[in-house]
Amino acid sequence: MKTYEIVSKKELAPKEILFEVYAPDIATKSLPGQFIILIVEEKGERVPLTICDYDRNKGTVSFAFHEVGKTTKELGSLKVGDKIGNVTGPLGNPSEVKKFGNVLCVGGSIMIAPALLQVKAMKEAGNKVTTILGARIKEALIMEKEAEAISDRVYIATDDGSKGYKGLDFLKELLQRERFDHCIALGPVVMMKDVSEIAKAYGVPTVVTLTPIMVDGMGMCGVCRVTVGGKMMFGCVDGPEFDGHKVDFDELILRQRLYLPEERLGSVLWEIGECKCGRNKA
Amino acid sequence: MAETKPKPKIKKEAIEMRKQDPKVRAKNFYEVALGYDEAEALEEASRCLQCVKPQCIIGCPVEVQIPAFIKCIREKKFAQGVATLKSKNALPAVCGRVCPQEEQCQEKCILGKIGQPVSIGRLERYLADWEREHGFQLPEKAKPTGKKVAIVGAGPAGLTAAADLIKLGHEVTMFEALHLAGGVLVYGIPEFRLPKVIVQNEVNYIQKLGVDLRLGNLVGRTHTIPELMKEGGYEAVFVGSGAGLPQFLNIPGENLGGIYSANEFLIRVNLMKAYKFPEYDTPIRLGKHVVVIGGGNVAMDCARCSMRLGADVCLLYRRSRDELPARKEEIENAEEEGLVCKFLAAPLRFHGDEKGWVKSMDCIAMELCEPDEKGRRSVKPIPGSEFTMETDTVIIAIGQTPNPIIQRTTEGLQVNPKHGTINVDENGRTTLEGVYAGGDVATGAATVISAMGAGKRSAKAMHEYLMNKK
Repeated sequence: MKTYEIVSKKELAPKEILFEVYAPDIATKSLPGQFIILIVEEKGERVPLTICDYDRNKGTVSFAFHEVGKTTKELGSLKVGDKIGNVTGPLGNPSEVKKFGNVLCVGGSIMIAPALLQVKAMKEAGNKVTTILGARIKEALIMEKEAEAISDRVYIATDDGSKGYKGLDFLKELLQRERFDHCIALGPVVMMKDVSEIAKAYGVPTVVTLTPIMVDGMGMCGVCRVTVGGKMMFGCVDGPEFDGHKVDFDELILRQRLYLPEERLGSVLWEIGECKCGRNKA
Repeated sequence: MAETKPKPKIKKEAIEMRKQDPKVRAKNFYEVALGYDEAEALEEASRCLQCVKPQCIIGCPVEVQIPAFIKCIREKKFAQGVATLKSKNALPAVCGRVCPQEEQCQEKCILGKIGQPVSIGRLERYLADWEREHGFQLPEKAKPTGKKVAIVGAGPAGLTAAADLIKLGHEVTMFEALHLAGGVLVYGIPEFRLPKVIVQNEVNYIQKLGVDLRLGNLVGRTHTIPELMKEGGYEAVFVGSGAGLPQFLNIPGENLGGIYSANEFLIRVNLMKAYKFPEYDTPIRLGKHVVVIGGGNVAMDCARCSMRLGADVCLLYRRSRDELPARKEEIENAEEEGLVCKFLAAPLRFHGDEKGWVKSMDCIAMELCEPDEKGRRSVKPIPGSEFTMETDTVIIAIGQTPNPIIQRTTEGLQVNPKHGTINVDENGRTTLEGVYAGGDVATGAATVISAMGAGKRSAKAMHEYLMNKK
């Protein structure tokens, strides 16, 4: 098998894809909470993706992505047996996994996939784990069965209420009813901000996994800088996990939008088959 | 009476190297300096006095046999000239372009006392380019020693150490964290100063020598140094991981959109080729009024890239023109291309618009103080001199420090706590047996050639260590 070859591909929901890639060096060292950076080919961009799983015996590492921009759409067009240009990792610091007691894990959208890796690790460390899965609409909800198989309890929430609870308001009632010792949140920034605020109100320590814009992902460029507790931190080397109660989410939201027009342009060019990279949509 | 030979007439003026017209080149990313043709190279080579005690070699950090290779040019023995050059310098096409010869070999040239020194750098470049056009020849390698060596980082220090060690017969693996080899030569130095095809060519040469290059392999994460030595079977390791951690100003508003570290800006533009977006996928967003903060070569590179991307650029430097640390040649090039400088001023805070994008910056005027014992003049702010500058893009080019990942994951490796550099002796030995380091990771940000010199010294010491090890 070739290094960085796609071993399996699974559509978790429409446009939400899970890849398993052969990368033995990365598989050997991966731990929950870490990420990889991939580049499809030399003209591509470097994209960070959180590790969802790893198999040290098979030498594979898995990651999931939502087809939203040019690169993720291009990635989604790759098939089993195709090779990704380069995958670097594992990057970032691993999660703190230990016995906290009663743990709440909130995963949103595509980040449910890596959230479940943490659920598994937290269970193995002897915690009771309650998992909340969030999605925009019920059709976009992923990995419900997998979550149920490894969690003590699973709640579902959707933005439009098409499945489970509508929004995250129910979280307040849950936290009022039950004492949690630790909360982890992985998902869209707005979701992590809401979870952190609610959890803070109930005094539950909260760890969020930030996915700011990155280029190199190893501490060189600083585009991933975030303000945490008033201090400048780099998402890639100081994180990706931070104390959610201290993160300046509003600044992070602005910084994530820095390249929106270019991202849209790249995505549209890809869609209409006018991409300038020479690897047009088939 | 012995006949006295007529003294050859010394040509005091060096042959100029042709450059792209400033107005044209300020709009493109093609190489600025165009190099000598054969006639120009021969004429410049004829100026060399072939000193019996050549001072130029003393000025070269890797001791290139300068008069010998110039003699080869004179005699049109170009292949032999390349071999002479490459016996000491694995990357001549790079050094011929980016070395500060004016303060090294050429500073020592005797001709410099009566006129202009021999243009050693330009001649070096000529030979290296000649080789690229005529195909390179591989040097002889020593018998395999059976020893495995790991090189961390494929920048100038690592490439040099790798070339020397493999020629000595060792098995060499080079680990590079990025998806391309070359280090600062590919992510930092812009295309118009050092075309990337030239770097790639030098990397190909090192690979043809037999070096196993592993890209996308971040030592400290993918493997640690202790793992490489214990499990990987590497008996010696050279760390040339550079100075890749950007420094920020730590002033309010620094996280606004449109404010880049020099590293981010240069990585986007050079490594990721953002100037070719959307042909290349990585974008760069640049406004009309770019302010570059800093005064070194990196600041000049940022300024000149910005001009090529269509912006008006102002360089803001807290000292005066005389203290600019950048190479004189680069300052002149940048000014010819339209750079405006604002000296004796420092930023205080940035202001943003409603979308979180920088729109202006408050600055304060500075004044120079008396020189300290090192001769460097510090500055102090002039009270009440605050002013505001309109800007939509700011690039912070105030220096880099070593990336701490290796230092944090290698127990027993002694590090300078203030600068984050790895402590080494004059041969690059660290506090860990078998582990050597050199280049920016040991010295802090410096030049390509000093990193290559360190790579060379370490390679020599590593060879001795490996051959004497039981």
